Amino acid sequence: MSAASLTVAPTGDRRSWLVAPAVLVLLALFIYPFIYGVVISTQPLEGGGFWANYSHFFTTPSQWGTLWVTLKLAVPATLINVGLSVPVAFALRRNSRAQRIVTTLLVIPITLGTVLVADGMLTFYGPAGWFPQFLQGFHLYMDEVRLTHNFWGVLISLVISGFPFAFLLTLSYISGIDPTLARAAGTLGAGPWNQFRLIYLPLLVPGLSMAAALSFVQAFAVFPSAILLGAPAGPTRVISIAAYEAAFEQYDYGMASAIAIVMGFVQLLIVCAIFAFRRAFYSGPATSGKG
Amino acid sequence: MNHSFQQLRLDAVGRKFDTASGSSVAALSGLSLDIRRGEFIALLGPSGCGKSTALNCLAGLTSLSEGSIWLDDTRIDVLPPERRGFGMVFQNYALFPHMSVRDNVGFGLRMRGVRKDEIARRVQSALNLVQLEGHENKLPGQLSGGQQQRVAIARAIVIEPPVILMDEPLSNLDAKLRIEMRAEIRRIHRQLERATIYVTHDQDEALSMADRIVVMRTGSVQQIGTPREVYGRPRNLHVARFMGYRNVVDFRVVRQVDEDVSLERSQIQFNGTAIGTLNGRQEVAVAMRPDDFQIAAAGQANSIDAVVRTLEFGGRDSLLSVATDLGDLYVRLPGAFAPGDRIRLHIPADRVLAYAEAA
Repeated sequence: MSAASLTVAPTGDRRSWLVAPAVLVLLALFIYPFIYGVVISTQPLEGGGFWANYSHFFTTPSQWGTLWVTLKLAVPATLINVGLSVPVAFALRRNSRAQRIVTTLLVIPITLGTVLVADGMLTFYGPAGWFPQFLQGFHLYMDEVRLTHNFWGVLISLVISGFPFAFLLTLSYISGIDPTLARAAGTLGAGPWNQFRLIYLPLLVPGLSMAAALSFVQAFAVFPSAILLGAPAGPTRVISIAAYEAAFEQYDYGMASAIAIVMGFVQLLIVCAIFAFRRAFYSGPATSGKG
Repeated sequence: MNHSFQQLRLDAVGRKFDTASGSSVAALSGLSLDIRRGEFIALLGPSGCGKSTALNCLAGLTSLSEGSIWLDDTRIDVLPPERRGFGMVFQNYALFPHMSVRDNVGFGLRMRGVRKDEIARRVQSALNLVQLEGHENKLPGQLSGGQQQRVAIARAIVIEPPVILMDEPLSNLDAKLRIEMRAEIRRIHRQLERATIYVTHDQDEALSMADRIVVMRTGSVQQIGTPREVYGRPRNLHVARFMGYRNVVDFRVVRQVDEDVSLERSQIQFNGTAIGTLNGRQEVAVAMRPDDFQIAAAGQANSIDAVVRTLEFGGRDSLLSVATDLGDLYVRLPGAFAPGDRIRLHIPADRVLAYAEAA
């Protein structure tokens, strides 16, 4: 009885039309706007041919320079977020009270949103904020402390909003690794460092590269904190600001689309590079043998 | 570590765990045991009896709450696992999924800083020993359960440990492979001439493999003896039940001369054997194994009338449930029977074991 109802539908079955609504939604919400953006990016406002917007972007220092500015923020932010989450998640890998408390504390910045975090940071790290007052009050650092309205302000904000995300991902990957493996390595003569280096780390690479890819995409698209905490006219004029200016200050949608597509292309390039790196490692289940 | 050791000694080893309610529970207490080089020891007991805790204490994966462990004159319970150098085979094998068979087996040697060519040579000879040649470059995920098991054994023995610890290594294998691997593990044990400590809940496994069996229950040792002793003369009722003495009946002691006791219950008289002292008790528990019953000859003592109630066909013999004046008994007999058959059963006096405990 049940075997009959479980047989696979033959090809050309009419039921395959049931996928149509999903395809329509995808087309309407994702594919069409994307294609539209690609098309208008090749129709420059002032004429000049198919690639004019792109060649303008790559020949104008104030435009292509935003790529470097963004990379200089996104790459360190990604490395800090993922790099920091590994030891913290490793220390908290066993389900414990400490793990629950830290996890709860770290989820809060995710729920607050960038603007609120930026506002709090201005109060805390600003020239007259608590943090500089603390440093100077205790004579720890006597020069002027400048942690807002520059590169550092944006980087700190990217860590505050990005670290919890990277940490939660890493924690779930680490707790998925069978702890018996480390115990087995211990009985074979591996001390704690070798257990981490030879067992946990290689099994964690696929998960970490996924966390790094997501963290990078998130950081590369930085926009509100680059304006609120950075110096949007210069040192933190990231690529999304350039796209915003093109679209909403110069009303040049073609140029804005071109910048957005360059931005997406760079993100894709880095993510592909990360995944290519990941392929060099084992990526099967992180448990031992048959359960 | 020291490979020419003569003796591994556990001295009153115990381990307590804290419970959620704040009190502590002894998972293992007072385990004292001398293990000679070349011996195969089985720790046998139902789940939760503390046998795996004992093994983890030996491996250094669990610290002791009391007692000490000595390898000859070296105290080792204070050393971390990586400095004890015992080989351990885990229940789920714990093979490193990202390493080839060769790297898994060579891991312990690599940790010891052995030279590359030396590692290659010893890995190969360990793989030869477990008959896994030709699989060196596969990942554990590409092997069958039995092959993974062999890799786990090879990985534990390649470091030439003084003691090999095995935690229910066969429980994930199918019945046929399990029987084959028993012989295999015995063969490897004999070739290596080291001590093996083997944890299992399977009596047959323990009886067929071990030189000595340590029967455990709720954290404490019940009996230490050869398979023949544990099987034939369980020290107490718990061990008897665990070793397959399925029939436990209360009897009254009529007379006792040394070990020989005359027993009575509902006008049935049996001669039996007292295990340990009966403390002059009148009421004793009597344990009888289904396999020890046979069809009685005419006029034979230690006999009882029975009616077959149900039967489980088992090939060479059948397990019968029979109704008697002693209540329902299980007996295992060769031959053909049907429910309702009337038979007369006999059991030798040395197979009727009396314990000073209540059934």
